[in-house]
Amino acid sequence: MNRLKQVIAALAAVGTIASAAPAAAESVLRVRPFGDLKQIDPVITSDYMVRNHGYMVYDTLFALDEVMQIKPQMLERWQVSPDGLVYTFVLRDKLAFHNGTPVTAADVVASLERWGKRDGLGQQLMALTKSLTANDDRTVTLALTQPWGLVLEALGKPSSNVPFIMPAGIAKTPADTAITDATGSGPFIMKREEWVPGSKVVYVRNPNYVPRGEPPSGLAGGKTAKVDRVEWRYIPDAQTALNALQAGEIDIFEEVPPDFLPMLKGNAKIRTAPQDTMGMQMVFRMNTLVPPFNNPKVRQAIRYMIDQEMFAQAYVMDPTLYKNCPSFYMCSSPYFTDAGWVKPDLAKAKKLIVESGYDGTPVVVLHATESGPTNTFSLVAEQLMRDIGLKVEPQAMDWGTLVGRRASKATVDKGGWSLFMSGPTGADMMDPAGHLGLRSNCDKAWFGWPCDEEIEKLRAEFSLATDLQKKKELAKAIQLRAVEVGPYWPAAQLYLVRAMRSNVEGAPKAAVPVYWNISLK
Amino acid sequence: MIAYVLGRLLAAIPVLSAVAAFVFLLLSLVPGDPAVVIAGDLATPEQVEAIRRSLALDRPLVERFVTWLGHMLTGDFGNSLFSGIAVSELIVQRIEPTLVLALMTIVIAVTVAVPLGLVSAYHPTGIVARLTMAGAVLGFSLPVFVVAFGLVYVFALGLGWFPVQSYVPLSEGLAGTLHSLVLPAVAVSFLYIALIARVTRAAVLEVLREDYVRTAHAKGLAARLILTRHVLRNAAVPVITIIGIGFAALLGGVVVTETVFSIPGLGRLTADSILRRDYPVVQALILLFSTVYVAVNLAVDIAYVLVDPRIRY
Repeated sequence: MNRLKQVIAALAAVGTIASAAPAAAESVLRVRPFGDLKQIDPVITSDYMVRNHGYMVYDTLFALDEVMQIKPQMLERWQVSPDGLVYTFVLRDKLAFHNGTPVTAADVVASLERWGKRDGLGQQLMALTKSLTANDDRTVTLALTQPWGLVLEALGKPSSNVPFIMPAGIAKTPADTAITDATGSGPFIMKREEWVPGSKVVYVRNPNYVPRGEPPSGLAGGKTAKVDRVEWRYIPDAQTALNALQAGEIDIFEEVPPDFLPMLKGNAKIRTAPQDTMGMQMVFRMNTLVPPFNNPKVRQAIRYMIDQEMFAQAYVMDPTLYKNCPSFYMCSSPYFTDAGWVKPDLAKAKKLIVESGYDGTPVVVLHATESGPTNTFSLVAEQLMRDIGLKVEPQAMDWGTLVGRRASKATVDKGGWSLFMSGPTGADMMDPAGHLGLRSNCDKAWFGWPCDEEIEKLRAEFSLATDLQKKKELAKAIQLRAVEVGPYWPAAQLYLVRAMRSNVEGAPKAAVPVYWNISLK
Repeated sequence: MIAYVLGRLLAAIPVLSAVAAFVFLLLSLVPGDPAVVIAGDLATPEQVEAIRRSLALDRPLVERFVTWLGHMLTGDFGNSLFSGIAVSELIVQRIEPTLVLALMTIVIAVTVAVPLGLVSAYHPTGIVARLTMAGAVLGFSLPVFVVAFGLVYVFALGLGWFPVQSYVPLSEGLAGTLHSLVLPAVAVSFLYIALIARVTRAAVLEVLREDYVRTAHAKGLAARLILTRHVLRNAAVPVITIIGIGFAALLGGVVVTETVFSIPGLGRLTADSILRRDYPVVQALILLFSTVYVAVNLAVDIAYVLVDPRIRY
C-alpha cells in the first residue's frame, strides 16, 4: 500500500510539473469561459464569445466606461463640426498591431467599412455617411449627409458587433467571409497555433501595447495586461468546471449556474461577482407572421400573462441576481421608462384569449433544452400559456436546431414556429436604435418579424436626435407604441455571475467580461 | 492470407463509399443551418443568406456531394465552416487524447478482467467468481458519469492525487499524460472490465469442459499450465473479438467521459460538430470511425489466426 502511495505521489508530482511546464516562469490566468470560441471573426458573427475574444485582441476607437459614458479609447482627440456633419478623429501615437506595424487611419477606415456592412448601427451610420477618409496616418474624417445623434454610441458600442480596429489587409476581407487572422492591436495576442476549438484558446500579453493614462473604467481607460498568459479552457460540463475551480485548476468560472452558488458560499478560497454590469434580458419572442401570434389581441394576452418575478424565480431565487424590470429597455439604461407597463393579470389574459377568437392553433415553442435560463423560461411560458387557454406544443431541441428552425416563416402546420425564448445581453437592449427586440421593420427585423411603421418612424427620429431629453421622450413614445403592438415581451432581467479564486484581483466591472487589469497574487 | 487481407481491404472501399454517401445525405436532412449558427443570434435573414452563399451551402445537394467527394479522393477533407482550420488538423489535434485514453482503458480492462474471468471460470463457486459477477452487474449498470464523478470526489477533490479535469499532451511528458488520464481510464474501464470478464468466464467455462482439458489433467499437467497454454488460448477468440470491438468503440470517442473530464478528444469534437452543424468535420469523423471499425475488424480476424492455428483464410 505504501509503495502504491509512493508511485501515485511520484506520478502526481511529475504530472503536476508536466502540466505546469509552459507556465513555469509565467503568470497564467486560467478561465473557464461561458462558451466555446468557435470562430474568430467578430464582424461576421454576433456570437458573444467571439465578441469577448475581440476585446482580448483588438482595440476600439471609443469605449463604454463603468458609468455608461462613451470615452475615447484609441483616440488622442476627436472633434465634431458645429453643424454636426464632420467628425475628425486623431489616433493616439505609438499604436501598433501585434505584428509591429503601426495602426494607421487607413486601417480604421477599412475596419469601419467592413463593420458597417454587418452591424445594425454600423449600417445606419454608413447610410448617412458622405465620406470616410484617412487624411494622414493618424487622422480620420467622417463626413455625414445629415447630423446623426448616435455616432459615438455606434463607434463605442460595447456588444455585438463591436467596431474593432484590425489591419486594413484583413479588414478588406468581404464582410460575408470569415477572417482567419486574429492580428489586432489589443492588450493580448492570440496564440493561434495553440487554439484547440472546443477546448482551449491561449492569449499572451502584448508587450507593445500602450495603455491609456486614465485609470481603467469599464471597457474604457487604461487596459493593462497584468498576466503573461490567459488561457480560456472550455469545460462544457458545469459540475466539472466547479470541481476544477475548487481544486484550483482554473481561476475564473464564467456563468456559474445559480443552483451552484450555495455550494460556493462559505468557501474562503472562492468569491463570486457579477459577470458584467448590464445583465441580460430574457425575451419572449413571438412569430408575428403566423397564427396565433399574428393576432395582436393574443399578443396582448401574453402581455398580461407575463409575471417577470415568477419567470425569474423559476431560474434563480436570489433576488440580487434578477430584476423585475417593467420596460423594454434595461433598467440601467438612460432610456428606461415604465410608461404603459401593466401588472400581470392571468384573469385578464384568459379573457383576452377568449375575446381574440383564438381557434386552437397550437403554439409551437422552439424549446432549447441545453441552455439554462432559456430552458427554464420556456418551461414556465409553456405552462402559463396552457393556463390562459392556449394549446401549446413544445418542441425540444438543441440550440443549433432552434436557430435553424426559427428562420422559417411557414405556418406551424408546415414546420413553422410560434415562440422561442432567448437571452440577449443587456448591451443589445439599451436604446431604441440598437434594440434587438424592438426593431419592427418587417422582413428586416429579428426573427418573429414584427412590422410597425410607427415604431420605425420613431426609431428613425431617435437616431437623428442629438438632444438627450428629446431622445428620452422618443424612447418613451416607442415604448408606448410597443406595448400596444407587442413586438415581443421582456420576461425578466437576469444577472450572470462569475466565480473566481481569492487570489484573482482587479477584475474590471464592465459591460462584458474582459481580462485586462486582472492580476494573480 | 495476403490475398484475404487484400480482399478485405478492397471490400472496404464500397463500404466506406456507402457510409460517405449516407452521412452526407443524413446531414442534409438534419434540421439546422451552419450559416445561421455562424451569423449568431442578431443576424438578419439577409446576412445569413450571404454567409450561406459564401460557404456554397446554397448550391444543389448533388453538386455539393460531388465537390466534396472530389476533394475527399485527393485527401482534402476541407476546412471547418467555423474556425476555418483544416479538418485534418482538427482531427490530428484531437486524436491523441482519444487514442491514449482508449489504449489505457483497454490495458486496464484486459489486465483486470481476463484474470478475473479466468479465475471465476476455474472456481465458479468461489468468492472471486461471486465478487466478479456482482462487480460485472455493477459495471454494466452504473452510468459512466456516476463512476467518473465518484472517482473525482474521492481521488481528485478528496485525496488530491489526480487532476479533476484536463489532458496533458504527450509532448509534455508521458508521466503527465498518464497521470491526467488515470481517472477517466478507470471510469471507462468499469464497463469493459465487466464485459471482458463475463465473456472470458463464459468462454473459459466452455473450454474447461473439453476432452483435451480433461486429458491434460489426467496427464498430471499443472493447473496453471493447463489454463494458460490450453484453456486460455482456445477461449481467446471471443475475448479478442470483444476487446477489438471495445477498442474500436473507444476510438469512436467516449463523449460523456471526455465531457466530464474535459478531455479534448474525438468524441467531444464529434458532438460539438454535430451540434453546430459543422458538416465537413462530421463527415470526416464518421468516415474515420468507419475506417477504424473496418481496420479493427480486420485486425481481429488476423489475430484469430495467430491464436488458433485451426483458422485459415
